[in-house]
Amino acid sequence: MNMNLKLKIWRQNGANDEGKMVDYSISDVSPDMSFLEMLDVLNEQIISEGGEPVAFDHDCREGICGMCSLYINGEAHGPDRGITTCQLHMRKFKDGDTIYIEPFRAKAFPVIKDLVVDRSSFDRIQHAGGFISVNTSGNTQDANAIPISKHAADEAMDAATCIGCGACVATCKNSSAMLFVGAKVSQYALLPQGQVEAADRVKNMVAQMDLEGFGNCTNTGACEVECPKGISLDNIARMNREFLKANI
Amino acid sequence: MSGVLSSSIGRKVAMAASAFFLMFFLLQHFVINITSIFSPETFNELSHFMGTNPAVQFVLQPVLIFGVVFHFVMGFILEARNKKASVKYVKNNGAANSTWVSRNMIYSGLVILAFIVLHFIDFWIPEMKYKYIDFLPESPNRYYEELVHKFHSPIRTGAYVASFAFLALHLLHGFKSAFQSSGMSAKRAAKLETVSKIYAIGIPVGFIVIALFHHFNQH
Amino acid sequence: MALDSKVPQGPIAEKWTNYKNHINLVNPANKRNIDIIVVGTGLAGGSAAATLAELGYNVKAFAYQDSPRRAHSIAAQGGINAAKNYQGDGDSTYRLFYDTVKGGDYRAREANVYRLAEVSANIIDQCVAQGVPFARDYGGLLDNRSFGGVLVSRTFYAKGQTGQQLLLGAYSAMNRQIGRGKIQMYNRHEMMDVVLVDGKARGIITRNLVTGEIERHSAHAVVIASGGYGNVFFLSTNAMGSNVSAAWKIHKKGAYFANPCYTQIHPTCIPVSGDHQSKLTLMSESLRNDGRIWVPAKLEDAQAIREGKKKPTDLSEEERDYYLERRYPAFGNLVPRDVASRAAKERCDAGFGVNATGEAVYLDFAAAIERYGKEQALVKGLNTEDAALVDKLGKEIVKAKYGNLFQMYDKIVDEDPYNTPMMIYPAVHYTMGGVWVDYNLMTTIPGCYCIGEANFSDHGANRLGASALMQGLADGYFVLPYTIGDYLSDDIRTGKISTDTPEFDQAEKEVKEKLDFFVNNKGSKSVDHFHKRLGKIMWNKVGMARNEQGLKEAMAEIKELREEFWKDVKVPGAADTYNEELAKAGRVADFLELGELFAKDALVREESCGGHFREESAETEGPQKGEAKRDDENFAFVSAWEYKGEPADAVLHKEQLEFNDIELKTRSYK
Repeated sequence: MNMNLKLKIWRQNGANDEGKMVDYSISDVSPDMSFLEMLDVLNEQIISEGGEPVAFDHDCREGICGMCSLYINGEAHGPDRGITTCQLHMRKFKDGDTIYIEPFRAKAFPVIKDLVVDRSSFDRIQHAGGFISVNTSGNTQDANAIPISKHAADEAMDAATCIGCGACVATCKNSSAMLFVGAKVSQYALLPQGQVEAADRVKNMVAQMDLEGFGNCTNTGACEVECPKGISLDNIARMNREFLKANI
Repeated sequence: MSGVLSSSIGRKVAMAASAFFLMFFLLQHFVINITSIFSPETFNELSHFMGTNPAVQFVLQPVLIFGVVFHFVMGFILEARNKKASVKYVKNNGAANSTWVSRNMIYSGLVILAFIVLHFIDFWIPEMKYKYIDFLPESPNRYYEELVHKFHSPIRTGAYVASFAFLALHLLHGFKSAFQSSGMSAKRAAKLETVSKIYAIGIPVGFIVIALFHHFNQH
Repeated sequence: MALDSKVPQGPIAEKWTNYKNHINLVNPANKRNIDIIVVGTGLAGGSAAATLAELGYNVKAFAYQDSPRRAHSIAAQGGINAAKNYQGDGDSTYRLFYDTVKGGDYRAREANVYRLAEVSANIIDQCVAQGVPFARDYGGLLDNRSFGGVLVSRTFYAKGQTGQQLLLGAYSAMNRQIGRGKIQMYNRHEMMDVVLVDGKARGIITRNLVTGEIERHSAHAVVIASGGYGNVFFLSTNAMGSNVSAAWKIHKKGAYFANPCYTQIHPTCIPVSGDHQSKLTLMSESLRNDGRIWVPAKLEDAQAIREGKKKPTDLSEEERDYYLERRYPAFGNLVPRDVASRAAKERCDAGFGVNATGEAVYLDFAAAIERYGKEQALVKGLNTEDAALVDKLGKEIVKAKYGNLFQMYDKIVDEDPYNTPMMIYPAVHYTMGGVWVDYNLMTTIPGCYCIGEANFSDHGANRLGASALMQGLADGYFVLPYTIGDYLSDDIRTGKISTDTPEFDQAEKEVKEKLDFFVNNKGSKSVDHFHKRLGKIMWNKVGMARNEQGLKEAMAEIKELREEFWKDVKVPGAADTYNEELAKAGRVADFLELGELFAKDALVREESCGGHFREESAETEGPQKGEAKRDDENFAFVSAWEYKGEPADAVLHKEQLEFNDIELKTRSYK
């Protein structure tokens, strides 16, 4: 049942290197392996042959930290839906397949090495306003002082499940970050605690998003399809609404 | 407001606003034109009104031209900026997550632009010449004849039909997209889905029917 | 040095308040002249960094990931405990305190645990104010669920992603301070060593993981919040990068390491599928509320299932052994984690395991589906005897409750848990042991603090579900920001700490030498090769059940492996560039030392308590026969180890535990 595969992997030695696709072959891949475990095996193979292993980001390997990326066969996080790359299993591939593995691409996500990209632009957008200005002193009012409708709380939670992996940007033909920013804006816009700063928040976050060089949303909806957490396109519409409200 | 227009979302909304305007214009254009099939008289009457009413000529017409130019220029600006923001993949499988039309608005848009140029040469420039350069006397019944005459050529008719096909593609994404851009919630957008299809397919098909009708009913 | 826990005098309920009222403070103008380093930005480190910056200190925070939001706190699923008593079911600070001490098998420091319970309610207020979208009921108030081993509903949750939402809350608080310039955030940086000046922690040496650059950072105090060391087992539910290095570096410079052998093995994880396995995935404990755990009653059935000749659904009720319900009729499938884990191992060791490796048991939802289905049919006035209908209705309910977990299982194992029982097996999950700290959360190095999972303080020998998040945030938001001020009040005239001193020179030199050694070593085996071998030794001999002979063997084997590692490890690439293998090599080198101390600690502790089970210390008769036997007379102490070179030479210091407010009892779940 084990497979032999051909891999075409983007290798790039640092930000200033031009980079190119390099061919590898790997044999005896178990269908029960995760995609990253397959790369672990490949790296062991490369090390034993005296080469430098392929660099790729990963950490929790259970689909929640958002560290893993990879554009596999032309899709962010590969061909399966509702998962991150670390949750992709090799049973999704067939013996003899050729697999293209590239980094997440966008001008705002420069390559650090091989498949590792710099997504600190996401952090900077959050610094601009991804918070509620409340002190952590613990002198806040009782948690049950403001009832929040279950519906609003659930919707805010749906927006808040974003893991910040950047698949939305990677898959967008315009490299737009609006699903990511929309999700964050929405989470706070849906909760009463977030209202006080709502206008400034959306203006500042959008301004930073533009400054980082992300493209403009043209509503292709690709981000929503590839998002491992199923963040809805509705969050972008809500952000647009919030933005208009803040500017009129 | 100028600050808003230089922001990504501001541009999106402006794009949507001009799209709404153009879609409204297209609808009224269609309503007038379709009368040409049933009643040349009504068509002439309406065309005469539109062609001579000062409010239409000197207020709406410039706005329309501005709307058209704005929509195209903004479309090109956005496309250029988006190209600048993105990096090409060696292998990209766009079909896995989005429709061809949504990814190729610039191309359907360019075809429509070419069509509009043709359309201006066909109708608008002669019309302007007739009215404002040659100062020919007003003739309220000439419009229908001019229309029928234009659809004599099979090549021109073919070009019209093809252009309307692209218009349909453009609208299939554009109609919904304009609502999404202006912040309509998903729930409402879902209800709009059918209206969107009817408009995006119905209007261009109607224009195609008009073109073919006159082409095959030459007298 | 004698250990001084610095627990304040007075009645337990007033200790913390009195203490806060009398400690020294630093005035706001002086705070801006004081720098604090925080290593690690999970729940504990992130919340501490944000709060310290908000108080006015200059904070430098370090994370090996590319953003603080990726810390492994994010993976916690179930929830966070707090003594809010919103459900009116009799919860109180005392009860949470009592449950935590009892759950920890009476091996935690009373005063710390009481303080934890005391501040727990405030955490929820804080998080709600920050916009954490906790689950709510239809009235708009916060919802609670119940968790293993306790009798009240005090767990707050945000779907199955509570850790994620709390971490994002702390991250947002950090973002606010980063935006204000009060926190300087160093992502993709690894702490390589701590620098001591005149015996006080005054800075750290870091490596920029992108450029390979070695950097010096000074501060008036250093806070270690680098998480647990479960990855010493190679396979665990920890993130791939989770490591002990920051904690181990301060240990080597004088911080005592406490109770390393207290490790929590979580009973419901997805079993290992093969040698390629890189990590294990946890399935929330909440599944045990509805799932029944069993193995075949007959060995030949177990064998047939392993060989694929039989399916679990072929076995009748009589042919199944619901061993938890059989052994623990009172708690059944809801016994605490350590008990459930050991029971699974016992069955699998006896040959009843149900997957190809023989290390898996079933978690079966068929009974729950039928029960819910009948209930629904009854409610809707439908035919409760229609099996297909009942099955359909029941599955709908189970899907609503556990849909995301079932989907996760299906993706990983490629089996549909709605129709065939899940396979589960215990896996290393959390480490209760860690750096020894006093009541102020300060280690035995002055000015060096340790918070969150990285310290040892609050969970004793076993942690209750949903208490890790509580401790991380309590330490970071509400405890450390007070206690650190008391220490720093002496430092207001110190001025900026220079990094241009012999102490920094020396520390940097040592770091560079070690890195150069790795990249120049002409070894033949990869870092992972050694890590996997270490993990096997740990799992087989220092895992769920331990005995004297095994532990002695483990110590010898780990020492041998460590020596082999230094001779034969192969690290490709250079030191002055991005080099993941080099980063891993440093971490595994530390695990190879910790592993031996871990085994030594387990060897010394000749009793069974919480997550630590010594086969020699089990009840031999009576209703508790075979269960863990604690020895309060001889082992009611914290083992704090002092570094003396080789781990085998570490010196044991004992902090005697005193229980004035809780009576020591045998934990029974029969």
